[in-house]
Amino acid sequence: MSHFNTTNATRARQLIALYPEPRSALLPLCHLAQEQDGWLRPEAMAEIAELVGVTAAEVRGTATFYDMLHTEPIGRYLVSVCTNIACILDGATELLSHAEARLGVRVGATTADGLFTLEEAECLADCDHPPCVQVNHRFVRTTTTEKFDELIDELKGGGRAEEIPPHGTLVRIRRNGGLRVEPQRIERERARAASSAERAG
Amino acid sequence: MAVTDAPRIVTARLDHADSYTLERYLATGGYDGLRKALSMTPASVAAEVDAASLLGRGGAGFPAGRKWSMLKKDPVTYLVVNGDESEPATFKDHLLIERDPHQILEGVIISAYALQVTQAFIYIRGEFALGLERMEEALNDAYRHGAVGEDIFGSGFSLDIVIHPGAGAYICGEETALLESLEGKRGFPRIKPPFFPAVIGLYGQPTVVNNVETMANIPWIVTNGGAAFAALGEGRSTGTRLFALAGHVRNPGPYEVEMVKTTFRDLIYAPSLGGGVREDRELKAFVPGGVSAPWFGPKQLDMPLGQDEVGAAGSMLGSGSVVVMDETTCAVRASWRITKFFFRESCGQCTPCREGSGWLERIMYRIEHGGGREQDLDLLMDVCDNISPGVTWPPQQTTICVLGPSIPPSIAAAISMFRDEFLVHIKDGECPYD
Repeated sequence: MSHFNTTNATRARQLIALYPEPRSALLPLCHLAQEQDGWLRPEAMAEIAELVGVTAAEVRGTATFYDMLHTEPIGRYLVSVCTNIACILDGATELLSHAEARLGVRVGATTADGLFTLEEAECLADCDHPPCVQVNHRFVRTTTTEKFDELIDELKGGGRAEEIPPHGTLVRIRRNGGLRVEPQRIERERARAASSAERAG
Repeated sequence: MAVTDAPRIVTARLDHADSYTLERYLATGGYDGLRKALSMTPASVAAEVDAASLLGRGGAGFPAGRKWSMLKKDPVTYLVVNGDESEPATFKDHLLIERDPHQILEGVIISAYALQVTQAFIYIRGEFALGLERMEEALNDAYRHGAVGEDIFGSGFSLDIVIHPGAGAYICGEETALLESLEGKRGFPRIKPPFFPAVIGLYGQPTVVNNVETMANIPWIVTNGGAAFAALGEGRSTGTRLFALAGHVRNPGPYEVEMVKTTFRDLIYAPSLGGGVREDRELKAFVPGGVSAPWFGPKQLDMPLGQDEVGAAGSMLGSGSVVVMDETTCAVRASWRITKFFFRESCGQCTPCREGSGWLERIMYRIEHGGGREQDLDLLMDVCDNISPGVTWPPQQTTICVLGPSIPPSIAAAISMFRDEFLVHIKDGECPYD
């Protein structure tokens, strides 16, 4: 039985069809699994492996290379505080300490209620609004401890759901153009090239 | 806005709140460049880009036209666009992706036509969730508009574009690591030679890899001609460039300015740009082109923003990120944090980078946190020398990619500019700025 639900199983097939080689869909499929489950479950990795034609170990080995893919459960909200050069010049160390105190967890940990996971991030490319904070990879621009606390209160109350979907949901826009891409086309072109080269040779 | 009267090329549309929509794009000349390109031969489109002498805007600054001309002839070739912006304090591509995705798409379509490529991939940094949504929406609209897909604007040229999300790894901004990642693998850079993308790229096929800001310049170049672009700037650094100004300035932000005709002093101090160092403090040092670049000090403020000019002075314009540090900045802490970044992001393939970055980070950490030893400065330079022999500029390397040799410059610069500060940390056993 498929670990992906029916809708996501269809989307998985569409994603694979976008690429000349199925393995290219590995990262998009990991994002899809996180969207469904909030994190990357072993069952999901096994199914992705089958879909793109590699082993489950290869999926895990690839996924663990990337910071955004979580092979263990994390909170509904991933709070990322950047402490890289532009942010550390402008209060990032203090904001991260404040975040630890406010959430009652150390960097890397998840709150007991399963709502928040706190991480120290590398540069998130929003350096004109330091210190930079993302929640589920949405820029929230809470540059002061007061604004940070307000945001946490809002999220606890179920607020800002439009702007900040649960962890794992990355791209809510569904591709609807160019879906006629045939993965076999490239193979055909290559075969044609090879045979014409052979004839020429 | 800028200090010269050069037109804004890549940020012209951004004053509009709806700059990312197809409606706004079409109302501001959008896809005119593509229509013009399709009426020309692919070779003449490429000739315009060559005439513009557009230097790649990703970091290495290789001329885009020459890169295109190096693409090996093959029935299957690809265009891959690098939107994996993650060089610390660089946020220009982030702006272009979120605020003007059609401009990038149009550049990609024109480039694909010039290269006669029928499939293009745009790799967007995974952390740009809004940017990914904006790109995906723009792509849907562009398909509906007939600007991409089968028989574009009735020209007979067809192209498919895929927006590919990254998943959080700095190294994937390196072009061969990006290709590995796009193939569904860990972002391990490939060794060059033989893996020059123009010869052996995506799926082993010849591939052009260009940065998103490079792509964003293409529609203007085709519409106005390569000569008009080349008339801006000076020498090899033509056109305008989008600089990301961060750190201790009054107005941090992205600024598009004319190359060479604008100086670091203009960028940091002009009222219409950075507005000066915050609270009128003294400038201590600045990073001129991403954290892989050696730092500059007040003496280099009048250096023009030109690739060759900055290169000759011993640093680089790199990713277009300028970070200003005022007199209250601890040079040890700043360079330690940059080193920690490289330690975290080293992919782990090559020993000098994987091990060296960790050693350097631990030594820098202990100096900053009061555990420094007298011989630590020599030790730091010795480890740097093992990663990048001679610690010269431009750097030598002992590693597959340039991440390794990007580690020593900030350490070497901090030690040579602020040696006394390191010594005070070591002697007093604490950070004097705490």
